Amino acid sequence: MANNAEDVEKNMDQQQANAAPEPPQQQQQQQQQQAQEAATTRARSRGGSGAGGGGDGGGGGGGGGSGTGPEQNGQPPTPRPVVMVDAEEDEDEELTLKYGAKHVIMLFVPVTLCMVVVVATIKSVSFYTQNDGQRLIYTPFPEDTDTVAQRALNSILNATIMITVIIVMTLVLVLLYKYRCYKVIQGWLFLSSLLLLFFFSYIYLKEVFKTYNVAMDYFTLAIIIWNFGVVGMMCIHWKGPLRLQQAYLIMISALMALVFIKYLPEWTAWLILAVISVYDLLAVLCPKGPLRILVETAQERNEPIFPALIYSSTMVWLVNMADTDRPKRNSTEAASSQQETPEAAAAAAAAVVVSPAPSSPSQDDGGFTTSWVNQQQHQLGPLQSTDETRREIQQMPSARPPVEDDDEERGVKLGLGDFIFYSMLVGKASAAASGDWNTTLACFVAILIGLCLTLLLLAIFKKALPALPISIFFGLVFYFATDNLVRPFMDKLALHQFYI
Amino acid sequence: MTAAVFFGCTFIAFGPAIALFLFTIAREPLRVIFLIAGAFFWLVSLLLSSMVWFISVQISNKESAVQQKGLLIFGVVLSVLLQETFRFAYYKLLKKANEGLLTLSQEETMPISIRQLAYVSGLGFGFMSGAFSVVNILADSVGPGTVGIHGDSQHYFLSSAFMTMAIILLHMFWGVVFFDACEKQHWWAVAAVVISHLVVSCLTFQNPEYVASLVPTYVILFLMGVWAFYSAGGSFRNLKLCLTCKDKDFLLANHRPR
Repeated sequence: MANNAEDVEKNMDQQQANAAPEPPQQQQQQQQQQAQEAATTRARSRGGSGAGGGGDGGGGGGGGGSGTGPEQNGQPPTPRPVVMVDAEEDEDEELTLKYGAKHVIMLFVPVTLCMVVVVATIKSVSFYTQNDGQRLIYTPFPEDTDTVAQRALNSILNATIMITVIIVMTLVLVLLYKYRCYKVIQGWLFLSSLLLLFFFSYIYLKEVFKTYNVAMDYFTLAIIIWNFGVVGMMCIHWKGPLRLQQAYLIMISALMALVFIKYLPEWTAWLILAVISVYDLLAVLCPKGPLRILVETAQERNEPIFPALIYSSTMVWLVNMADTDRPKRNSTEAASSQQETPEAAAAAAAAVVVSPAPSSPSQDDGGFTTSWVNQQQHQLGPLQSTDETRREIQQMPSARPPVEDDDEERGVKLGLGDFIFYSMLVGKASAAASGDWNTTLACFVAILIGLCLTLLLLAIFKKALPALPISIFFGLVFYFATDNLVRPFMDKLALHQFYI
Repeated sequence: MTAAVFFGCTFIAFGPAIALFLFTIAREPLRVIFLIAGAFFWLVSLLLSSMVWFISVQISNKESAVQQKGLLIFGVVLSVLLQETFRFAYYKLLKKANEGLLTLSQEETMPISIRQLAYVSGLGFGFMSGAFSVVNILADSVGPGTVGIHGDSQHYFLSSAFMTMAIILLHMFWGVVFFDACEKQHWWAVAAVVISHLVVSCLTFQNPEYVASLVPTYVILFLMGVWAFYSAGGSFRNLKLCLTCKDKDFLLANHRPR
């Protein structure tokens, strides 16, 4: 992580007042995120490395997924029996349909919101569609060349460089994870979300004020940005109200998508979208794919994948024993990590994955001061509760009714990278297409249908699936088709006021 | 122009449709999904018809205005026919999906009935059709300008908005009647739907004589509405009971006392 910090500072010095430095950071983040996400279905968080990058989290479709939760209540997590009786299967299918539809809508709404934010910004704030001549260092070849062939070549080279960077970062992340360098990864994600929440939102706010000619002093701005950023960090990395956390995740995905829209030249952007979908497909489904390795490693170790930034739609409250050695706990993650559903095989990004299993003597005394402990020992005799003794007690039949697994309360998860790339596609469509709103609408519907199909496949196959390929494929097809074929037709019709 | 025209036209065009969506569809996830799928099918039909039109334009004489207009009319007719074909295809897909679900689950009742699907898919078609027709016009109405400065009609925005509303509601009615006719194998009713769609589209060829195009369209809208009402199982008695809040089934379903 030190390296990253250095990079950031160096970049900041080099380039003033533009977000160019982010991309390198972001790229790395992306990689990480990708790796993380790839693990779970949908986790395609390729998303911006930049702070928000974290989004990668695995998206797990469908419920908590085989959350490899950390030890719960002193017992090692036991995998829920996947064996289901036939008679129950049909009932479950029916329930799956009803609750599957609900899960689809739970993802439609945030994806739609993110796209609406991006499109609204693109249409009103001209900063994000201006070509300032700046480029990311990962796309060094310019696209304003003399010949079409040269432009095509440049964009192919740009896309190649970008994809190579992403692959390398993913491998680095998988290696880091394999060799248990959790602190490194955690710090990296922390830094990237810090950057996104403070720096990018400051730039965004600045441009919005410029557009609407709002005069604001630096003091007020500092207070606003400070509050926004700190609450965001808390909500994302620690605890917070569910809606607020979801809102923050949507906002940082939108910010990241806007950065991409601004700094990636046209043809490069489309190429990158296409190639990333293919990479996503390969990385998650091939046996040797880095993201698949990540998922399997996480499942072997019975650990949840990085909390990173994964959009989760519900929160389930659990009764949990006070755990020691648990630095940050995100209740959404905790909740979902406990829900191991046979349906969602995606390892849901659970809460802090980096925390190792709790060891008995902990630094945190849990509120029991030494004087109290001494007094108790004096009264009751020396007592020591270890993991083993706790386990014995826990394994005895408990009077408490078992926690009900309610399908409804199991949420869905989608990696932030998916959000970012969906919004990037729709934003680019609204920025670039001369057919304006028709193209944007067509891409929007195409992406939603792709998401729907992906979730359907998830319900059928019940394993980690990439969320990008189908949606991006539909989105690209509809973008190019609508822009080139439908637009002239509809323009002519509107001219004569014919209705079809 | 500007905000008043924009908001006015938007609400005229999409008001009834959005109200229908909010009150009957937004709460049910399954219906929302089928609505969006319906919109997607309409989009695909438009894509295909645009492709054919585009190709025909490329191989034609671009100078001749008459030929271009003729090709446009051909495009419109083709588009209408393709839309109805895709409506039929969507019906077939839904039937198959329904049957699959029914055999899969042991229950007798479906999570969503074919009539609801007809309504939802019709509305989906309508939303997409209306949006594609009018959104660009609405976007332009926000900015500065004078309507009809070159001698065209001054009622362009208003007439577009009313036409769009009619089209959206018509698609919904057509959906209901179409699916019902397919269920009962009344192919004459299917043909009637297709023909009425063609008539409505061809009426718009008379624009900008709005009286000649809008009034018959609204007459057809009213007639289709009545037909859809009866084919969905409505009757005068039902209507009376519903309006006087005495319909027991409806009240039971909504857990309200009489």
